[in-house]
Amino acid sequence: MTNNPLEFKENYDVIIVGAGPGGSIAARDCAERGLETLVIEKRQELGTPVRCGEGLGEAWMDIAGLEYDPTWCVKEIKGAIVFPPNEKSLKMPTENKGYIVERKIFEKRLAEQAGRKGAKYLLKTRVKHAIKEDGKVKGVVAVDDEGQEKEYRAKIVIAADGVESPTAKSIGINTVNKLIDIESGYEYEMTNINVDPEDTEYINIWIGNEIAPGGYIWAFYKSNDTANVGIGVNSVMKEKTAKEYLDEWITNNPQYFENAVITEKKGGAVPIGKPIEQPYENGFMIIGDAAHMVNPIHGGGMGIAMESARIAAKVAAEAIKQEDYSKEFLSKFAEEWWETRGKQLLEVQKVRKFVETLSDKEFNKLREILDAEGVLELTEASDFSKFLKIFKKSPKIAMKAVKAFK
Amino acid sequence: MPVQSNPNKCISCGGCVSVCPANALELRGSDIVVDTERCIDCETCMKFCPVNALRKKQQEKGLIYPMENEE
Repeated sequence: MTNNPLEFKENYDVIIVGAGPGGSIAARDCAERGLETLVIEKRQELGTPVRCGEGLGEAWMDIAGLEYDPTWCVKEIKGAIVFPPNEKSLKMPTENKGYIVERKIFEKRLAEQAGRKGAKYLLKTRVKHAIKEDGKVKGVVAVDDEGQEKEYRAKIVIAADGVESPTAKSIGINTVNKLIDIESGYEYEMTNINVDPEDTEYINIWIGNEIAPGGYIWAFYKSNDTANVGIGVNSVMKEKTAKEYLDEWITNNPQYFENAVITEKKGGAVPIGKPIEQPYENGFMIIGDAAHMVNPIHGGGMGIAMESARIAAKVAAEAIKQEDYSKEFLSKFAEEWWETRGKQLLEVQKVRKFVETLSDKEFNKLREILDAEGVLELTEASDFSKFLKIFKKSPKIAMKAVKAFK
Repeated sequence: MPVQSNPNKCISCGGCVSVCPANALELRGSDIVVDTERCIDCETCMKFCPVNALRKKQQEKGLIYPMENEE
């Protein structure tokens, strides 16, 4: 095995396509298990462009096997403040703290971890398609930074290539997102925002059909005056672009933004539909956004991607030990993921469907009849029967809930 | 007419690629590349785009695809 960082072999145990949080956690875990691991990343620099709200709960860090690191955990978060359309805000402290993450640094740190365990990284190299022979995935064809097309072979390929999911598509797995199942997102990083420092310790969320149909506006603070300010709107429900909604809202809220300065423009697409039911094939697994593994109520995907990565890496190591890369064997990955996370996400999906039907008046009403704990529980889809009881105070909301929670 | 992407507006988010039912789009570097043979003219990508960077290719002097035989 060559150790020259400029030289790459043609054969590996595992090839991972994409070096986002999912890809690098998968790489770390595979390499740690002694698998020869290659990560192929199309970008020339990890972490950019940022396509993310950059919030991460501490519980996800535990799941991912990550420790607090001040270089990327830039601000501790105590909970959320939700602003309904009538602006009667609801502060929701939570015992489960989280962090606002500097994603550009985060992705590099993850790759460093994986690299130290022995994973190889091939940057500025675009995977053209997976190689499929006799119905089995055997590797990928990639175009490097010289424009050279090369084959890289592996026992297992893990697609961690984000919302576009080109590698899965290249072998005929349908990972196309329906328009109704995708949030159209736009974000600014802004500084010199005028905000109560105490509020910056919470993620700030604004909801309402006027300002963000089928989604929400957020301000995730990285310091007392600097935040990732963004919007996600449902691609079907929106009547103008995500950027236009966000710009209008910023203009209408000079109390925060009058003297603010924009230091970054970014955006993204969040797959909020059902996860891909069978995210595997012979010699192939799909993780994270590429398999639509995202929390559909708030659009968070980093934690879920890293969790799916750990399961995929574990199953890959077992498969390689037993020399069985068949889809029957790799279905263990999907089975465990659906049990660990997928089923819960389908329940959360129902909450999203419910929330999407609410008018601004009903959002305000919901603010009256639910306390902070209630809102949190609702977003976690923990106990629908309890909410149906609470919603009896508003027959219209109750009817919509009954329909959605079925 | 197939769509084309305006690189001045595009923020390279890849969302249009993810919704394209014809697999006609690709994010290459920071630009969206359109496979005009595959594009089925459905406009799904245009409906998604957060910044209005996609539009139908115009039958006029194009910025990206200049017309041939222009007088």
